[in-house]
This record gives sequence, structure tokens and C-alpha cells, in this order.
Amino acid sequence: MKRQGIAEALREGIAEEMTRDERVFCIGEDIGVPGGWGGAFTVTLGLSEKFPGRIIDTPIAELGFTGMAVGAAMMGMRPIADMQYGDFLFLASDQLINNAAKMRYMSGGTVKVPMVMRAPIGATGRGSQHAQSMERYFIGVPGLKVVAVSTAYDAKGMLKAAVRDDNPVMIFEHKLLYGSKGARAEPGAVDATSDIPEEDYVVPLDKAAVRREGTHVTILGWLLMAHFAAAAAEQLAKEGIEAEVIDVRSLSPIDYETIGASIRKTGRVIIVEEGPKTGGVAGEIAAGIMEHCGDALMASVVRVASADVPVPFTPILENAYRPDAVRIAEAARRLVQS
Amino acid sequence: MKTTDHPREFLLGLYHQLVLIREFEERVKFLFLEGTMPGTIHQCQGQEATAVGVCAALRSDDWITSTFRGHGHALAKGLGVQEMLDELFGATTGCCKGKGGSMHMGNMDKGMLPGIAIVAGGIPLAAGMALAFKMQKKPQVVACFFGDGAVAEGAFHEGVNMAAIWKLPVIFVCENNQYGASTRIDKVMNNTCVSDRAASYVFRGETVDGNDVLAVLDAAQRAAEECRAGTGPVLLELLTYRRTGHSRRDACHYQPKTEKEQWFARDPITRFAEKLLARGDVTEADLAAIKARIDQEITDGVERAKVAPQPTLADLTTDVLA
Ligand SMILES: Cc1ncc(C[n+]2csc(CCOP(=O)(O)OP(=O)(O)O)c2C)c(N)n1
Ligand SMILES: [Mg+2]
Repeated sequence: MKRQGIAEALREGIAEEMTRDERVFCIGEDIGVPGGWGGAFTVTLGLSEKFPGRIIDTPIAELGFTGMAVGAAMMGMRPIADMQYGDFLFLASDQLINNAAKMRYMSGGTVKVPMVMRAPIGATGRGSQHAQSMERYFIGVPGLKVVAVSTAYDAKGMLKAAVRDDNPVMIFEHKLLYGSKGARAEPGAVDATSDIPEEDYVVPLDKAAVRREGTHVTILGWLLMAHFAAAAAEQLAKEGIEAEVIDVRSLSPIDYETIGASIRKTGRVIIVEEGPKTGGVAGEIAAGIMEHCGDALMASVVRVASADVPVPFTPILENAYRPDAVRIAEAARRLVQS
Repeated sequence: MKTTDHPREFLLGLYHQLVLIREFEERVKFLFLEGTMPGTIHQCQGQEATAVGVCAALRSDDWITSTFRGHGHALAKGLGVQEMLDELFGATTGCCKGKGGSMHMGNMDKGMLPGIAIVAGGIPLAAGMALAFKMQKKPQVVACFFGDGAVAEGAFHEGVNMAAIWKLPVIFVCENNQYGASTRIDKVMNNTCVSDRAASYVFRGETVDGNDVLAVLDAAQRAAEECRAGTGPVLLELLTYRRTGHSRRDACHYQPKTEKEQWFARDPITRFAEKLLARGDVTEADLAAIKARIDQEITDGVERAKVAPQPTLADLTTDVLA
């Protein structure tokens, strides 16, 4: 057992998968340059020396290297693509959505695309184009699996599961949760370290995780919001409100079994999302809840999400944009009293 | 180009711009590292002559597009120190009301679109702006700044090709500083001469010493004339080097020491100062006075920016739609 942050755990997970399976390789911008950073958040630091020729630094060409990952995957390789910032997925999305996601179906089940796309998201003082919560754009694409990792344990386990999966899997990571160190450390970072077992393990790509048990209200979140939801629950507990906190984790497919079991217990649910309220993942989950366990709800579903605006630069507005523990707790108090 | 081709005051104006950018960036770096300034930074120390030379060839109603590394472009296009510092401090008096920040510096009244932080994203935009000028029969040109890294993106090739087939008034200004983030150009292009790209789209390209402000000015003036005459676009590749990290606290361990030293010895400001002094009618004292004035302006600006009005929560939801 050892204590690791997300960047470290991912790095170790990638190295173990590359050692286990020689078809696995990494492709992306600035991920293996000698004297460089090992990707924007140090995830692949040092791996190019360990795995010569298998950490591929590309030109700045997201559509190109994503398409190459799809192509290589179809020919029997297992690429892990690195999107420097999630926002650049818009450039790569044609290859992901039109090719990677549909190839299996269009080919009548004869093509396999076993690739992983990792992408950092989150508002972190960088302004509108290095901040967006991108998972919303991919959960509705049949043929893609989408997960979001909020702890080091999950990051390593889901990375491994994704590499071993025969489908395209997108892994969303949060800039404030990596635990990147040194010059790449993030101001305002939140501790997402875990105890990591020595032995090999995987975390399934389709299961939510109950992070805290409670009876009065269910709070759903993922990435940074899972942490903020847990912080809100601590505060609420002091006031006598027992919140059950679920890290949704798997965004496509969504684990309604775990979510439903919780709602059947609490009868109340808040979905927390970093990202504009309109058109987000929370709306999809809310509809799914209505279908799966709407009969168990004692009050309407509540969403706590960002305003319907691009991510502002100025810290005052960025903080107002992103839901925090205070807003989550407020929503919970109101909901429990309703 | 010789310094004697230009009047003294004009040259001192260029020198002022170069030093303004350098000192602005140095102060911003200090404030950032000190922790008083929020956000992240991409700076242009060492590349000042590209911004100054190009913008000096433009008219005030011409346009520029820029990138995440846009402080120098902004100052050269005439944005004020105060509106930029205010923006960096996230104040409502900033050029984008604090909503843009370092990577999206711009001012529509001064002919600068907010910086586009998506590599190569500004290239089709610049072509589109030029298309508008052509359709509106306006004489303006657009200077589109981007880095060597942008040349690998599809957006570069798509934008440049359309500008070429429709002869649009765009000066594509590639600041080739030898690296895209930590990646050296020779790792990501077989032909590292970016201006060669123009030939394959059948328009004129030219490689220029980007650390020689007068050479840049001269090339940009010719390019602007061609654009205005309807024989554009033009691709200018300006060879230069950043004296600072790619962003934030980057220590640049990927840059060989000898390479750094060679480029630092060709610093655009030192070289231009030497040329000015060689004219005979410019003294060390003249140059020192310019720097002192700038230092004072920036110091005053920082003091004001630190207490400039911050937005209120009501500002969060404004400016989304026109
Ligand atoms: C589409 C896209 N991909 C990647 C990045 C991340 N990134 C920001 S700057 C940069 C390097 C750009 O290099 P270059 O175009 O040469 O400009 P320079 O930084 O040298 O000024 C990279 C990879 C980005 N902003 N946009
Ligand atoms: Mg460059």
C-alpha cells in the first residue's frame, strides 16, 4: 500500500499496462519530451525513457493524432491518447464521434476500437478556452464509454479497465485533482490522494461509488464536485442532516442501480455539476432518475450547476461560476425542509 | 534596412514599444510569481520585435488577431498598459472587463480581436475578417499572429488556402520561436522553413530575422501594401526565440544551453539599441530616459490595477448574448 495522487497513480497505471501489454502506447502533445513536463500535468513524466518509442510526441494536431489513435486501435494496438486540455477535444471530436464511436456499428460489429482518450477539465484561472467541462458533449454519443475519475484509486483502476476494454473510452480528469507537483502544481488544488494497493486491480467502468452513507438526501457529483459534495455533507452532518454522497464516476453508461438504491432510501436528490446547467450531464441524470425511480422521490430533483455562461477569467466570477460546498449545502438544507 | 532610413523620433518610438513590452512582461512575471496576480501567463520576452515591427507597418484601423501569447501584440497595437494590467488583475476596467484574462487580451476599438488560445484557431478567423473587408470594399488588412506550432493544425492549412484562393488581405505572421510548448520544430516538421508553406498554396512567403525590428517592419510594410493592392495574402515567417518559459513556471530544461545563449546574444532590444546609438544622434541617456518613463508608467499602473474595481456577481451573467 502507498499513498499517491492522481497524476502519480495514472503514471503508474499506464506504465503497468505498457509493461503487461506491448500493444499499449501513448500519443499526444509534449508527453515525452526530454527535459519537458510529461504532459501538461506530469502524468507521463519519465515514461519515454522507460518505454522508448512508445510515448509518441505529436505535432499540435488534435484531429490528426486522435484519428491515428483510432486507426492504430483498429489494427490491433491499444493507444492511450492524451488531450493536453479537454477544450481541444472539439478539434478531435470528428474522429472520436464520427469514427471511433460509430465504427463498430457501421461495420456490423466487425471492427473494434480499443482506445483510451484522457482529457483534463475544469475552471482553473485560465479563462474561457482552457476550462470547459467537456464530458457533457460525449455522454450522448452511442459507442463511447465515458468516465470521470475523482480519486487516485479510481484513476488507476479505471485507466487499467479502459485500456483492457475493447471500446473507445474517454477518461475525464480534473486539473485541481491531479496533485501535480513542482512547477506544474495547481493553485487551489484539492487532495485526491488514495491508498494504492501493490497488486494489480481494475475499477469497473459502469459503477457509481457511494462515498458516504446517509438517509436524508442523496447528493450526486463527479470529479471536483464529488469532493465538494463530500465537504458539504460534512457540514450538513454537523447540523443533523445525513447526506448520502455518490460519486457518479461512470457518466456513460450511468449506474442507475446504485443511484436508484440511494434515492429509494432518501427520497431526495441533488445533482451537482461543474459546467452550465443547460444541456449538461445533470439534466440527463435527472431524466434517468425519473424513469428509474421517480416514484420514490418525495421532492423534485434539484440541480446545482454552473451558470449558463462561458467560464470567466476573473477569480471572483470563476468562483461564482463553479458550484462549491456552500451552495451544495444550502441546496440540501432547502431540499430536506421541503 | 538602415536606421538612417527613418527619422529619429520614429525610431525612438519603436524603441519605446520594444522596451515597454519587455518591462511589462518582466513586471507581470514578477507579480505572477509573487502570487499577487491571478491566472496563468504566456509571455513574449525576446520576441518583442515581431509585434512591434508588424504593428508599426499597420494603420490604426487595420486589425490583428493574436494568441495565448498576446501581451506584446496588444501593447504594439496600442492597447494601454492600464487596461491590460486591469484585465490581468481581473478588474471590470480591464480591456475585456476581467472576463478574458491573459490569454484573451484584446480591444475591438483598437483593432485587436481578443486573443484566441486555441492553437491556430485565429487563422480562419483572420481570413474571414479579411473576406469581410474585401466584400465591404474596405482598405483594411489583418495581421494574423500565430506560432510555429500552429502550422501542424488543419486550421492553418484550411484558413491559409482560402485566403490564398480568394486573394484576401491577410498577413499571416508566423512567430517561429523554434518551439511549440516543449517541442522543438525539427521534431514535428520535416521542412522547418515555415515560409515555404506559402508556395504550395501559390502566394508569397518570406523568412525574416524576427529579432531585427527594422527588418520586420520593412517586410510587414511590403506585405501590407500587397494586401491592400489585392495581391495578398502574404506569409511572413519571423525567426525568434522566447527568453522565458512557455508558461507559468516553466524552467525550459528542453532548450539546450548553447542554443539559448546564441539566441540571447541576438536580443532584439540590445541589437536595436546598438544601432540607435551608432546613428550619433541618440545617446545612452535618451534610452535610459525612455526606460525610466516606462518603469514609472508600469509601477503606477500596477498600483492602480491592484485597487481597480472587481466585478460583482451580477456581472457573471452579462455579455453572453448580444
Ligand atoms: C488546439 C490547441 N492545442 C494545444 C494547445 C496547448 N498549447 C498552448 S500553446 C502551445 C504551443 C504553441 O506553440 P506555438 O504555436 O509555436 O506558439 P508559441 O507558444 O511558441 O508562441 C500548446 C501546445 C492549445 N492551446 N490549443
Ligand atoms: Mg513556437
